[in-house]
Amino acid sequence: MVRFRLYVAGDSYRSQRAIANLRKLGEERLAGRYELNVVDVQRDPDAAEQDRILATPTLIKLDPGPSRRVTGDLTDFEQVLMALALPSGQEI
Amino acid sequence: MARTTKTESETVRKKPKATIEKLATGIPGFDAVGHGGLPLNRGTLIAGTAGSAKTIFVTHFLASGVHQGEGAVFVTFEDTPEDIRKNMLSFGWDIAAWERAGKWAFVDVSPQPAEETPVVGGYELGGLMSRVEHAVRKTGARRVALDSLSALFTQFPDRRLIRNELYQMVSSLKRLGSTVVFTAERTEDYGLITPSGVEEFVADNVVILRNLLVDERRRRTLEILKYRGANHERGEVPFTIMEDGIIVIPLAAQRLTQESSTKRVTSGSKPLDKMCGGGFFRDSIVLVSGATGTGKTLLTTQFLNGGITDDERALLFAFEESRDQLYRNAAAWGMDFEKAEKRGRLKVINQYPHAMPMEDHLVRMREMIEEFQPNRVAVDSLSALERVFSLRSFREFVISLTSTLKEKRITGLFTSTTPQLLGGGSVTEKHISTLTDSIILLRYVEVNGSMRRSLNVLKMRGSPHDTDLREYDIDGSGMHIGGPFRGVSGILSGQARLIEEDD
Repeated sequence: MVRFRLYVAGDSYRSQRAIANLRKLGEERLAGRYELNVVDVQRDPDAAEQDRILATPTLIKLDPGPSRRVTGDLTDFEQVLMALALPSGQEI
Repeated sequence: MARTTKTESETVRKKPKATIEKLATGIPGFDAVGHGGLPLNRGTLIAGTAGSAKTIFVTHFLASGVHQGEGAVFVTFEDTPEDIRKNMLSFGWDIAAWERAGKWAFVDVSPQPAEETPVVGGYELGGLMSRVEHAVRKTGARRVALDSLSALFTQFPDRRLIRNELYQMVSSLKRLGSTVVFTAERTEDYGLITPSGVEEFVADNVVILRNLLVDERRRRTLEILKYRGANHERGEVPFTIMEDGIIVIPLAAQRLTQESSTKRVTSGSKPLDKMCGGGFFRDSIVLVSGATGTGKTLLTTQFLNGGITDDERALLFAFEESRDQLYRNAAAWGMDFEKAEKRGRLKVINQYPHAMPMEDHLVRMREMIEEFQPNRVAVDSLSALERVFSLRSFREFVISLTSTLKEKRITGLFTSTTPQLLGGGSVTEKHISTLTDSIILLRYVEVNGSMRRSLNVLKMRGSPHDTDLREYDIDGSGMHIGGPFRGVSGILSGQARLIEEDD
């Protein structure tokens, strides 16, 4: 089970794309076995401060450890999986 | 913005130009150069090469705000908050205490290798913006610093995007009512403002800090390159870093609008007062030039004594002789300086010329003048300082000191040593004679195989004066000015000769 925390800035087009892309990646590449927590930096700046978020969208993979991050609207799934050190196209 | 020609500006002079309001920075000397400070609610770029004190400058700016009860936000892209807290403590800025009191907030964007974040797809600086805005709201900050933008550009590849994001962020901070300063690194002191040209895009105003090596000496300068829509002093001005932070030294930034005083004060010697047409003017600067042994120190001692006797306060900056030596000599000439000092009428400050850079000397001297409130000040000798300052520094030093004295209507006396024993001028004189109001020359002259001494009032701005070269001598009871040299010419050239009967 992969646990994600996705930081976005408000309801922008980029934010929505990132969420949509992540859900697609989760369904297609992780067989739906993932948990997603979306945090809006504008509503929760303290969380952004805690996790030291600079750019948005920023995706943090919390589990399985170690924690890894990737910034952007996540268009390229292969690159995302590599950045997060997740095996591509495999069952978890 | 198009430059107006002289005729154009004359016609529009009737309509007063709305200038941008300024925020007093609280950095000593800066606000004079900035004609009030930094433009309020605007973004100012502080650009400089490595080690030019950018971080200290912006921290000082923020700290001044905190001292006035305002909040401050420091966004750090390079140094960690812990490093900044530690480094700035030596200036008496207890940032940790301010954080606990809710007056200061760091936004820590310093690089964390463990968090190296690859980029996949489009992005913006939403996280940064939210955190900064949140910190501003939490502290009620009116001053925000971003240090340094150059570090941000190395973290993210897309310059254009970062530039636009920064522009947005600075705009929103301005809307929140804060005045923003951000730093950028330069690679050269003279040339492009910044290598990429991006940081200027975001800025309304540009200030350049320089840390140059001139004549084997360090020279720190500040230059307000541009204020959009506002006035400021142009050109580089020296600054220094001392215990309480940055001190900028504006050069005669205040135009002297007050009229020169016509009030006379004594030189300490009645015959010399007579030669000067009644004494020195209250707010004049007198230069006494002579070779070693011609009596400059005696004249200085008389000058101080004259003030003390007239119930003034006299201050001496002594770079050549020690206070004890001076007091002993004065006592030998019948002047009790110990007593005068005890009564608070006299103060002597001894200092080694090479103990500190020019700017620090100047700051300490101005502080002492401010503290002691003298009516007259003497510097013995300027030549001792000239030997260790660079030419440019020396000139700036004299300009700044004479400005300070005139502004406070303090009578000033400076001594300078001529290198040649007979005749000639000193290097000091060459550079500063135009800055002084009066010049007194003390010269040896060889006449008929014996060494005699001549005194001449060469210049006395605003007053008729004795133009004769008078002989003087020095003995146990002081300086005695006698009659003019008659029948001798060429004394100042060092080649005195008797004038023949039929010349």
